[in-house]
Amino acid sequence: METFIGKPVKRREDNRFLKGAGKYTDDIKLHGMTHSAFVRSPYAHAKIVSVDTSAAEKAEGVVAVYTGSDACGTIGVPCGWQVDFKNGETMREPMHPLLAKDKIRHLGEAVAFVIAETLELARDAAELVDVKYEALPAVTCPKKAMASGAPKVHDEWEDNAAFDWCIGNDRAEVEAALANAHHVTEMTYKNHRLAPNAIEPRSYIADYDVNADKWTLYTSTQNPHLVRLLLCAFALGIPEHKVRVVSYDVGGGFGSKIYHYTEEALLTWASKEIGRPIKWTSDRTEAFLTDAHGRDHIVHSKMGFDKDGKIVAHLTDEFCAMGAYLSTFAPAVPTYLHGTLFQGVYTTPLIHLNVVAPFTHTVPVDAYRGAGRPEATYLLERIISKAAKEMDMDPAELRFKNFISPFNGTTEPGYQTQVALQYDSGNYEGVLKRGLEMLGYEDFRKEQAEARKNGKLLGVGISTYIEGCGIAPSAVVGSLGARAGLYEVGHVRVQPTGKVSVFTGAHSHGQGHETVFAQFVADKLGIPMDDIDIVHGDTDQVAFGMGTYGSRSLAVGGSAIIKSIEKVLEKGAKIAAHKLEAAEEDLEYAEGKWTVKGTDKSISFGDVSLTAYVPHDYPEGVEPGLDFSSFYDPTNFTYPFGTHIAVVEVCSDTGKVEIKRFVACDDVGNVMNPMIVDGQIHGGVVQGIGQALLEEVVYDGEGQMVTGSYMDYAMPRADDIPMIETDRTTTPCPHNPLGVKGAGEAGAIGSTPAVVNAVVDALSHLGVTDIQMPVTPKRVWKAMQS
Amino acid sequence: MIPAKFEYIKASSVSEAIGLLEKHGDDAKILSGGHSLIPAMKLRLSRPEVLIDINGISGMNSITEDGNEILIGANCTHADIVNSDLINSELNILASTAKHIGDIQVRNRGTIGGSLAHADPAADYPAVVLACDAKIEVEGKSGKRTIPATEFFLGIFTTALAEDEIITAIRFPKVANGNYQKFFQSASRFAVVGVACVKDGNSVKVGVTGVAGTPYRATAVEDAYSGSSDAASHAVDGLEDELMSDHFADEEYRAHLAKVMVKKALEA
Ligand SMILES: Cc1cc2nc3c(=O)[nH]c(=O)nc-3n(C[C@H](O)[C@H](O)[C@H](O)COP(=O)(O)OP(=O)(O)OC[C@H]3O[C@@H](n4cnc5c(N)ncnc54)[C@H](O)[C@@H]3O)c2cc1C
Repeated sequence: METFIGKPVKRREDNRFLKGAGKYTDDIKLHGMTHSAFVRSPYAHAKIVSVDTSAAEKAEGVVAVYTGSDACGTIGVPCGWQVDFKNGETMREPMHPLLAKDKIRHLGEAVAFVIAETLELARDAAELVDVKYEALPAVTCPKKAMASGAPKVHDEWEDNAAFDWCIGNDRAEVEAALANAHHVTEMTYKNHRLAPNAIEPRSYIADYDVNADKWTLYTSTQNPHLVRLLLCAFALGIPEHKVRVVSYDVGGGFGSKIYHYTEEALLTWASKEIGRPIKWTSDRTEAFLTDAHGRDHIVHSKMGFDKDGKIVAHLTDEFCAMGAYLSTFAPAVPTYLHGTLFQGVYTTPLIHLNVVAPFTHTVPVDAYRGAGRPEATYLLERIISKAAKEMDMDPAELRFKNFISPFNGTTEPGYQTQVALQYDSGNYEGVLKRGLEMLGYEDFRKEQAEARKNGKLLGVGISTYIEGCGIAPSAVVGSLGARAGLYEVGHVRVQPTGKVSVFTGAHSHGQGHETVFAQFVADKLGIPMDDIDIVHGDTDQVAFGMGTYGSRSLAVGGSAIIKSIEKVLEKGAKIAAHKLEAAEEDLEYAEGKWTVKGTDKSISFGDVSLTAYVPHDYPEGVEPGLDFSSFYDPTNFTYPFGTHIAVVEVCSDTGKVEIKRFVACDDVGNVMNPMIVDGQIHGGVVQGIGQALLEEVVYDGEGQMVTGSYMDYAMPRADDIPMIETDRTTTPCPHNPLGVKGAGEAGAIGSTPAVVNAVVDALSHLGVTDIQMPVTPKRVWKAMQS
Repeated sequence: MIPAKFEYIKASSVSEAIGLLEKHGDDAKILSGGHSLIPAMKLRLSRPEVLIDINGISGMNSITEDGNEILIGANCTHADIVNSDLINSELNILASTAKHIGDIQVRNRGTIGGSLAHADPAADYPAVVLACDAKIEVEGKSGKRTIPATEFFLGIFTTALAEDEIITAIRFPKVANGNYQKFFQSASRFAVVGVACVKDGNSVKVGVTGVAGTPYRATAVEDAYSGSSDAASHAVDGLEDELMSDHFADEEYRAHLAKVMVKKALEA
């Protein structure tokens, strides 16, 4: 019988994607649907003096025009995570209005909303809305936002801090250890701001049905149920059972489509006002201006070592931008998704991180592929490589000296970090060994020395990362400020004919769930993949769910499905035992049938499911049907890890960096589909290389975005990327049934510091010790000059 | 990304196009490949009321040999230039330049006439027409005239074309020994610096784009070429106050890159 787990099964969803037949929100056309456009602020910080909509209201085809003075101006979208000040003060949580009324706090903030019969007419009418602003000075840098006299984003508080938080050991203890350290390495840099750039821009259709008194919101979201919850319970206060949120195909999210955005709530509100469906699709400019950005940390860090190169202490202070308002997960990103990873893969005994998170006159910052973990990894992996240089040690050797020893998490306990978490299982030296072997590290060092003699600038950079995935044990995250549980729902409905519909609260927007989930369901039930359909993205079909982010779908969502499969098989066994006139204990289930052990008497899965729905000859006390739903709340996070190694050549004339090789040895636990895991790693690595070399959101002093289009925001292209050489080690996750850890973000987490380490390595003999990311030709050349 | 309303007229002859330009004045724009104009219209940075499409005008998209010269119709696309045997053998510098303009879609639609008329300070062709001493053939209500490349570019997005004039063709001399060196801007893949170099015995002609607001002939380099081994160091002589600056390349780095790319071109 054909099995599927661990095989590179081709993605079923690609059939429609490759034919251009995907069903994205913007593809949907409803009867009587209106179109809409926003009037957005050209200033980052301004007083709204007046808004005159009279000309727009009279324009051809206009259905309605709303401003912050209408009822929707009193509505805001909520934040889903509360991180309080370390002194006990509650997190400062401003109202995040659907439309700005008196004040503009970031470039592109919506001031008016125009609904018309066509998109063209909506755009034309939006130009007729006359807004008078009084521009005010803006602050976009998180550090400057905390300087005295900085322009305030929200007037109600004395400064711009949303919170000031710390984690780890006592600061004084860490400082004392640093003071006594044999060597201290110090770094100050910016982990710069990125725009998420999903190919499909955000798109929404809200449809209020007057007769049914029901709303349907079609939305390009990563988590339809979460959007429904936030929309109903917080933003609009409408009854959850009368709201259906649908997100069919979604063209990439990278975190930016997790959040409940103001436009979703506004369309939903306005649809009832006008009694018609409304569509809005962001254009690329709006995406740059209004999709939640990622990163934007200003970091100052010191790592101390003893004379043998063992890390003795690590102290870090960061300013992490929140943007103008608190986006759904924003407070969690530089704190519980970041500080909790400061242990890295090392035995550092003393760790302290302080995070000041200020409001800035920019679009909100939230989770972006990796969310806090790439920022943690970048710091750890850069500073340890810098330390190796300073102490004249090999960067691989310094890592080996400091690794946490291998542990499997079953017969050996998990590893308790200094920063709240307990790692599940790991073998960190294993991935580095394999990575070095794949690269041929010793030979490379010889080649590099030769090349240097000829004036060629070659460098190698290592990164050995760990990340926390499988978000998350609800009670744990609840104690850390999450306002939601982070379990997942898996529902297995066996149809009378033995065909299976699986409903998952996870959401696929590029990950390939329709394939991977069907693979393991097929193996667990012993039926063909073709007999299994994976349903997601519709709150009317899927009971509940928390969506997809934080590499959680398989580890949490998959586990929920497994739980339901177990229930199906348990009930199926009762029916089978009755039909086979045998005791349940005497049955075994394999290859899609129950067999009486040691005999050839058996009954197939299909016969049992038919019996369950046509229960004429049926066990007593057993309900008809074969349909189970389960909630799975994980007991721990999962901790994928790996080694990424980059080899670069720097052009001595221009400073341009070329990546010659990229080696990735990742450990994501058990692998369901190696092709899809490779794809996830490739995609992540490309995004990580993008951050290292190319991508950056730049705001100027007035808060104008210098990089608001692809003319100026550099995305990685195929010819920027080398062949990515991948391999894996396998250390199963000990606490979930599939033993899986998660692969969605690993690539973006491990790769960035590997590339920058390589560039610095290539230039180290010239005295270069650090280069601000992205390491553009200009920056590299300037570093070489000084 | 939806342009403001406009009227569309397809011209079938040069004189019709000129007549329409005269009639609509400032409100009208010529449309050729649309790969500079339409993006600007979609952002509503440009909002012509009338578009005069010149793509249907016959004779404006041929590439012909005329003695020692090659005449390229203004409507020839970058792809036409890449694929022309004549250009590949007699004016190779232009084919190799066109090959690196944008991507396939851009090359299939964008035209040489449109690119020159648009005069983007980071466009590639300007360096080449300068180094080749090409001539821009134009026609307007007062008739035809020929503008030497060296007199064509006046500033950022500004040329010597009069309001009622269109470019009909570009006349190049055959060039045996020329090359174009481009340092790509990593986002747009336009030129941060582009240097075209045409060598003839001991003399050289060097055209530079991307560096100053107006593409220029690096005459200081040309003068120093035969005598000095570091001719390239004169790449931005006299332009110190006109260097462009953006977050990819400030003045200092741009000036350095200009010298590097000129050197590369001289040595190629
Ligand atoms: C994604 C992308 C990448 C690009 N990359 C590059 C690059 O690497 N290098 C580069 O050099 N360019 C690049 N371009 C620009 C491209 O080459 C354009 O095609 C070119 O600049 C304009 O030519 P067009 O035929 O498209 O002109 P249009 O967009 O049709 O017109 C441009 C302007 O010229 C006027 N015009 C057009 N034809 C004539 C004429 N015959 N007479 C008088 N006026 C005329 C129009 O009225 C308009 O003002 C890129 C464009 C895009 C969209």
